[in-house]
Amino acid sequence: MHAAGALARPARDGGGALMEPFIRPIAIGVMIFIVFNALIMASAILVLAERKIMGFMQQRYGPYLVGPHGMLQPIADILKLVFKEELRPKGADKWLFTLAPVLSVVAAFVAFATVPYGAELALGPWTLPFVGTIGPLLDPPIKLGIADVNVGVLVVFAVTSMGVYGIVLAGWASNSKYSLFGGLRASAQMISYELSYATALAAVILLAGSLSLREIVDSQQGFWYLFGVVPVPKWYFFVQIPGFLIYVIAGVAETNRAPFDFPEAEQELVAGYNTEYSSVRFALFPQAEYINMVTMSAVATDLYLGGWHFPGLPAEYGWIAFLVKVAFFLFVYIWMRWTVPRYRYDQLMKFGWKYLFPAAVLNLIATAALVLYFNA
Amino acid sequence: MPETITFYLFAALAVGASVLVIGQRNPMYSVLLLIASFGALSGLYIQLDAPFVAVAQIIIYAGAIMVLFLFVVMLLNAPKEDGADWDRTHPLRQRGVTRWGTLLVALLIVQLASALMAVREYDTPVGAQSDATSVNSVADLGRSIFTRHTFAFEATSILILVAMVGAVVLARREDAQ
Repeated sequence: MHAAGALARPARDGGGALMEPFIRPIAIGVMIFIVFNALIMASAILVLAERKIMGFMQQRYGPYLVGPHGMLQPIADILKLVFKEELRPKGADKWLFTLAPVLSVVAAFVAFATVPYGAELALGPWTLPFVGTIGPLLDPPIKLGIADVNVGVLVVFAVTSMGVYGIVLAGWASNSKYSLFGGLRASAQMISYELSYATALAAVILLAGSLSLREIVDSQQGFWYLFGVVPVPKWYFFVQIPGFLIYVIAGVAETNRAPFDFPEAEQELVAGYNTEYSSVRFALFPQAEYINMVTMSAVATDLYLGGWHFPGLPAEYGWIAFLVKVAFFLFVYIWMRWTVPRYRYDQLMKFGWKYLFPAAVLNLIATAALVLYFNA
Repeated sequence: MPETITFYLFAALAVGASVLVIGQRNPMYSVLLLIASFGALSGLYIQLDAPFVAVAQIIIYAGAIMVLFLFVVMLLNAPKEDGADWDRTHPLRQRGVTRWGTLLVALLIVQLASALMAVREYDTPVGAQSDATSVNSVADLGRSIFTRHTFAFEATSILILVAMVGAVVLARREDAQ
């Protein structure tokens, strides 16, 4: 449909428009390829980052032997996991035991599909010596982000909430008491924190007046002027500080990271839901966890930190700003894991239902009232 | 044409999964198949140009309610239903009950048939009809829920509240006080 539209419109120059119908599918394919592999790489990099940062925080080096400064450690880890024996307990459910890790990693990948990560890509126009001007090769330009859905926020939310089935099923299918408890905890935790998470999201949706992540990001362009003079980037973080904190806390709980890593609390449950897993089946669980962290950080960036907008940065380099912001969130994730001790299980439930959820509801009501007041 | 193919795909998946839900001995599989059925329904909603309803279906049914179901099934560690228990002495196997059940099944079949006959009159999908824009935009959907359909909306909420209170009353143990 886009290709037909591009053909109908008068070409800005000779070369680009003719090539356009062929370049567009290739460009989209390349984009999907890059995002998919970036997510795979992200989990490898995050494993290393986690161990390095943990080492730094505990005043030691962390992995140091494989490659310069231990930089090739993830490759060694992956090789080790691949060559391990795949075990399945005798009483385990044959199908669900295999389905569970696949389900969690698929949900993690799919969730990122509707997250936009940059403005627009036109490929040109470039001015080259002897050739003249080439491009833009894509007219209209493609939007950076795999699927631009008009209910994008909800799609991300829906798909990430599917990921819990992987953990729950792993816990049940393993036929082990530790796994079962891990799975039970995962589902209870998910139900409790999903509410606060969604309520925090709703406040941003109210501010932006849209459910599309791209529109939410674009509504954060420009500046607010504090006292009429001091420019502040128009990021929702500055008007939604309680909402932002609720989102981050609930997001950590949703991704089952410390201090909310109850489904795999190793002092209590051996390794929780993945106790019985080994080799590649096991590797898929941390993979899904790291991808979920990236998705959660990317959505937080889009919702609260203005996505790819950064004061003074031209739009075509916006994805760099986006990456930097996501990296910041990921660092906070790791930082939290190695500095905050795990809560007790009853504290988790009490905190989620008695403090976080009411706070989220109050935040939503206050936001709704303010939006009504300022718009009227 | 692709729409027709995906429609039959999702429809077959929804119906097939729903039939398998009641055919399973293991309640765990039933729950999972029900989730698959909800997923297929959500695909059909997308085809009807109602993405919000589709996503709401996933979030509420597949995401929240079924997690609770799964939680309960796991917590009770429900055993596999055993065919041998279904002997003639089961209360549901008494003559009066079975007759009543047969009558209900016959009624259901007649109703389904008449509904299917009525559906044949629509040759355009509901989503493509002129008044279908009301499901498309979330703002319009919200507005129509709180204006045109306020009564149904509020009545449903009260019904659910009553059911919840009822469940609490039924489940409460008297000696807990």
